[in-house]
Amino acid sequence: MGAVYHPLVPCGALPACQHVASKGVAVSGVRVLVGTRKGAFVLTSDAGREKWDVSGPHFAGWEIYHVNGSPVDPSRLYASQTSGWFGQVIQRSDDGGETWTPAGNQFGYDGAVGMHQWYDGTQRPWEFTRVWHFEPSLTDPDTVYAGVQDAALFRSSDAGQTWQELDGLRHHETGPAWQPGAGGMCLHTIVLDPTRPDRIFTAISAAGVFRSDDAGSSWRPMNRGLHSEGIPDGDAEVGHCVHSLAMHPSRPDVLFMQKHWDVMRTDDAGETWREVSGDLPTDFGFAIDVHAHEPETVFVVPITSDSLHYPLDGQLRVYRSRTGGDEWEPLTNGLPQSNCYVNVLRDAMAVDSLDSCGVYFGTTGGQVYASSDAGDNWAPIARDLPAVLSVEVQTLP
Amino acid sequence: MSATVRVVLPSHLRTLAKLSGDVRLDVDDDVTICTVLDALERSYPMLRGTIRDQVTGQRRAFVRFFACEQDLSHESPDAGLPAAVVTGAEPLLIVGAMAGG
Repeated sequence: MGAVYHPLVPCGALPACQHVASKGVAVSGVRVLVGTRKGAFVLTSDAGREKWDVSGPHFAGWEIYHVNGSPVDPSRLYASQTSGWFGQVIQRSDDGGETWTPAGNQFGYDGAVGMHQWYDGTQRPWEFTRVWHFEPSLTDPDTVYAGVQDAALFRSSDAGQTWQELDGLRHHETGPAWQPGAGGMCLHTIVLDPTRPDRIFTAISAAGVFRSDDAGSSWRPMNRGLHSEGIPDGDAEVGHCVHSLAMHPSRPDVLFMQKHWDVMRTDDAGETWREVSGDLPTDFGFAIDVHAHEPETVFVVPITSDSLHYPLDGQLRVYRSRTGGDEWEPLTNGLPQSNCYVNVLRDAMAVDSLDSCGVYFGTTGGQVYASSDAGDNWAPIARDLPAVLSVEVQTLP
Repeated sequence: MSATVRVVLPSHLRTLAKLSGDVRLDVDDDVTICTVLDALERSYPMLRGTIRDQVTGQRRAFVRFFACEQDLSHESPDAGLPAAVVTGAEPLLIVGAMAGG
């Protein structure tokens, strides 16, 4: 049974008539897909984004690492339902999250399993734990990619019934040198190039960015320009703890990265990276995203440090750059500015594509904040959920 | 000869399988952990992989099998289950191990 939640502060100050997405396409509403430690929640609103219906928990009690929808068919959703006791379940919805059906959950590594580095430096065989991220195809609702722990990329072309590993990535010659980050050795980010169907970017903690130009058959590390403390060679080809990537679809050669420390950008599809942390108060963080209509407008949520996973000085602030990095402004209006010690995880920020771009993020304190004016004003659209693991947004036709 | 075995699932798996109570399963072969799970997964394919690995058949680390006040988790999955389970007098309990604090 859904509950209706009214934010205490209207979500932005836009006139209600601005309910049209870019290019003049009519929009019926927005659907926010929230994965939490104890279930999934679906938040829906009309295009005004002021009144939200909260549905859930779906899959109550299970960790929902990610829920994502097909850009081709917004009714098609995929959810990663996982448990330390009972393993991985994949759920699929064909009606926008009203009902769900378990899909295939067999993720078998292809060929020789191989070894990777463990925390203590010993070698350990790859072992499947969970799906961290789904990236539905840009052209086919039945095709979806899954990034998993231990790091590997899988693809399904039958709506999640069966999964095949794109094993060229795991078999990359640097594989034995990959090692887990604190959260496990996970492939957590998948970015598809809308102009080159065979180009895929992935990011792995802690290995770095890899790019395929042949639909996942072969891969190259794309980490030149990254520098990481805490690994023997700070400029190594692999070993970097990349936390998240974001791309604007109109400029697929430009990617932004939130690394363990450092905010980075590339203008040549990952061939080289340069730091754009600029005047951020701290450049540690997890989430990063790009404005739906302004490719040079970027959002991050700075986190104090690798040992203090909460906002600096207890003030929850999103930082926005309108210059593609280097120059950042704090966005605080509507966000708690004292005694706030939550975290915002790597997959917990997303944008909608309404004319006035909406920005959304979830916290480990169970709040989901939304801004309907590109970050100028914020309001919670859910406040007391379990710890939020992921947030995705669908702008509905 | 077929036996009807009662199985009690943990609540998360009952929800996943859309069950409200015990499961009654007809097991045609020798009644073992393995044959009971085979029957369970045939009837409720959404449970595949949640109790044992789909390829190796190995029990998931935090799943336990109890029956007749015995922990059968470390017995061979091909060992016969107690007579009271075979007759349906006692259920096979599939349990999520206690963990956490």
